[in-house]
Amino acid sequence: MIKQFPIQQFLDENGKILNKDIRSQITTELVKNFYQHCVRIRTFDRKAISLQRQGRIGTYAPFEGQEAAQVGSALALQQDDWLFPTYRDHGAAMTFGHSLRNILLFWNGRNEGCIPPEGKKIFPPAIPIATQIPHAAGAAYAEKRKGTKNAAIVYFGDGATSEGDFHEGINFASVMKAPVVLFNQNNGYAISVPINKQMSSQTIAQKALAYDIPGVRIDGNDIFVVYFETLKALERARQGQGPTLIEAVTWRYGAHTTADDPSKYRDQTESQQRRHTMDPLLRIEHFMKNEGMYDEHWINEIEEAAQAEIDLAVQEMEEFPVANPADIFDHVFAEPTWGIQKQKEEYLRLLEVNP
Amino acid sequence: MMNTVIQTKTLTLVQAINEAMDTMLKENEQVILLGEDIGKNGGVFRATDGLQEKYGEDRVLDTPLSEAGFVGAAIGMAVNGFRPVVEIQFLGFIYPAYEQIMTHASRLRMRTMGYYTVPMVIRAPYGAGVRAPEIHCDSTEAIFTHMPGIKVVCPSNPYDAKGLLIAAIEDPDPVLFLEPMRSYRSVRDEVPDGKYIVEIGKGNRLIEGEDVTLISWGAMVPVALKAAEQMKVRGIHCDVLDLRTLYPLDHELIAESVQKTGRTVIVHEAHATGGVGNDIVSIINDTSFLFQKAPVERVTGFDTPVPYFGFEDHYLPTPKRVVHAIEKVMKY
Ligand SMILES: Cc1ncc(C[n+]2csc(CCOP(=O)(O)OP(=O)(O)O)c2C)c(N)n1
Repeated sequence: MIKQFPIQQFLDENGKILNKDIRSQITTELVKNFYQHCVRIRTFDRKAISLQRQGRIGTYAPFEGQEAAQVGSALALQQDDWLFPTYRDHGAAMTFGHSLRNILLFWNGRNEGCIPPEGKKIFPPAIPIATQIPHAAGAAYAEKRKGTKNAAIVYFGDGATSEGDFHEGINFASVMKAPVVLFNQNNGYAISVPINKQMSSQTIAQKALAYDIPGVRIDGNDIFVVYFETLKALERARQGQGPTLIEAVTWRYGAHTTADDPSKYRDQTESQQRRHTMDPLLRIEHFMKNEGMYDEHWINEIEEAAQAEIDLAVQEMEEFPVANPADIFDHVFAEPTWGIQKQKEEYLRLLEVNP
Repeated sequence: MMNTVIQTKTLTLVQAINEAMDTMLKENEQVILLGEDIGKNGGVFRATDGLQEKYGEDRVLDTPLSEAGFVGAAIGMAVNGFRPVVEIQFLGFIYPAYEQIMTHASRLRMRTMGYYTVPMVIRAPYGAGVRAPEIHCDSTEAIFTHMPGIKVVCPSNPYDAKGLLIAAIEDPDPVLFLEPMRSYRSVRDEVPDGKYIVEIGKGNRLIEGEDVTLISWGAMVPVALKAAEQMKVRGIHCDVLDLRTLYPLDHELIAESVQKTGRTVIVHEAHATGGVGNDIVSIINDTSFLFQKAPVERVTGFDTPVPYFGFEDHYLPTPKRVVHAIEKVMKY
């Protein structure tokens, strides 16, 4: 199966183009856009970890190492497409236009954080593993029924492929020819469980065979292959040819979440080594250097801009009004039931007399 | 004659749970642990820390990420001679396994008139109050007490946790063992070494009082105790019951207490509607109607999904809300 599903690369570790066909489509602008988004989400990720350590947000799931997979795939989307992230895919959500303040609010325990900017079709991050996959299949199928050319992308990890919802979602999408891209980030681990204990199959892409849809295995740290393969899958979807399963092979450098200690289950020196050999940003830098696009001054500029944008979002998150207890009751149904209404009144009254 | 001195250790609740599994893995070859991240990682809360090292990968299994899969497989193993103890990482992630529990674990004995039985334990941390992400905070014990054919246990302290878990592992039927996440490391007890049992189905009186019966379990026990303390200063004495088992309920203890006090406040973290509190009200109604001096008060989570942790202090019952309810039954 490894032979049938080799890891495709368009750009090798040294920043050399391996796929000549895409050469003409690679403009300076595109490359700079890739790089800028990667810097932006990495800066966000590091800031969020530090906020968590200072107790300014709650438990946080970092994605450093997976930037190319998230940015490359999200940039392939069209404005009116759907994005279904997990708790680790806010890099993709940010790239697609989610509000940074709201993403921070989400990690600070506020339901307001689930609300995307007006008109953006971004689902709240899926916390129960794999549950978002059938949703994406359904939302995509709805677009098809409405006769639009919109598609959906759904993110999930390697561990998620063990859940029934993965298989049920992919089968539904395949039977209905739903315009959805099933974008797997295989980062090698589901918390502590390595992929070889998660499944006997050697690849995730091969699972597509069972559903008779295309399965593509790509280097998830190569933003070129991620971007162009996602574009291709989205194009198939828009043409009515149904879903595609993409396995982007990548690596998370850090902990599963800030509550996790990876040294319990793996040697973290591997992560350190990968920073020098497999890093998704480093690879774009190599390419820029090879092509004479590398501009330190510009890089400083975008780093500072990212920092400033994120600092502002943090400030907005921290200045956000405190949680209003009435909100707990007001959004369960369109009209609160009598029971909820009664609980609300009693609780608010108690707060009044005895704050 | 030799004097047997019972050795004890000071343990947290999560350590006591670890000890219970350690004790039973040692004693009974058929005991086997299954779950996500329970082996090498020792569980995300370290409940199984060190057990894979000690007993090997064949007895402490890191399973694939599929609750339906490993709970279903555990049913098969239980039917075929093993005593599986499965860990659900958080109670809020049990739902993929719901069908396996509802339609198989809990009714295989009845379907086969006792020919096949499912002696398995499902452990799950539950509850809010630790600033965890959404779905990690659910307290849905009532879904399972409603389900015929499975016992539901929920200790509040290390001593009970160890004794009840050992009892659950030895029980001939499926047991859902709920672990109050919030109390994992916040309470310590002297816990005896080796094997001992706390009987399933028996509650415990924590404080003796004559004025009001205060009933709770799990992570709400410390809340009830705080309220009781505050009332004591005001001269009102609570009879504080820790139910410990939610199915079957200790109806004798409940009846005995409420017949003495005639006033009851029930505290639970789960939603009010369909909550275990309602079954307690039924028991009071059935056994002690004529002893009642006031309608029973329930202090519960609201009939809303458990909100994100920014709101959880509002959602969770507090000593303040309990005191308010006690005042109400006293004044009635
Ligand atoms: C149904 C369910 N079971 C268990 C969990 C607890 N849990 C959270 S993340 C995780 C591992 C997920 O691994 P993977 O799908 O590979 O994604 P990654 O976290 O590596 O991005 C587990 C077991 C959960 N969130 N949902």
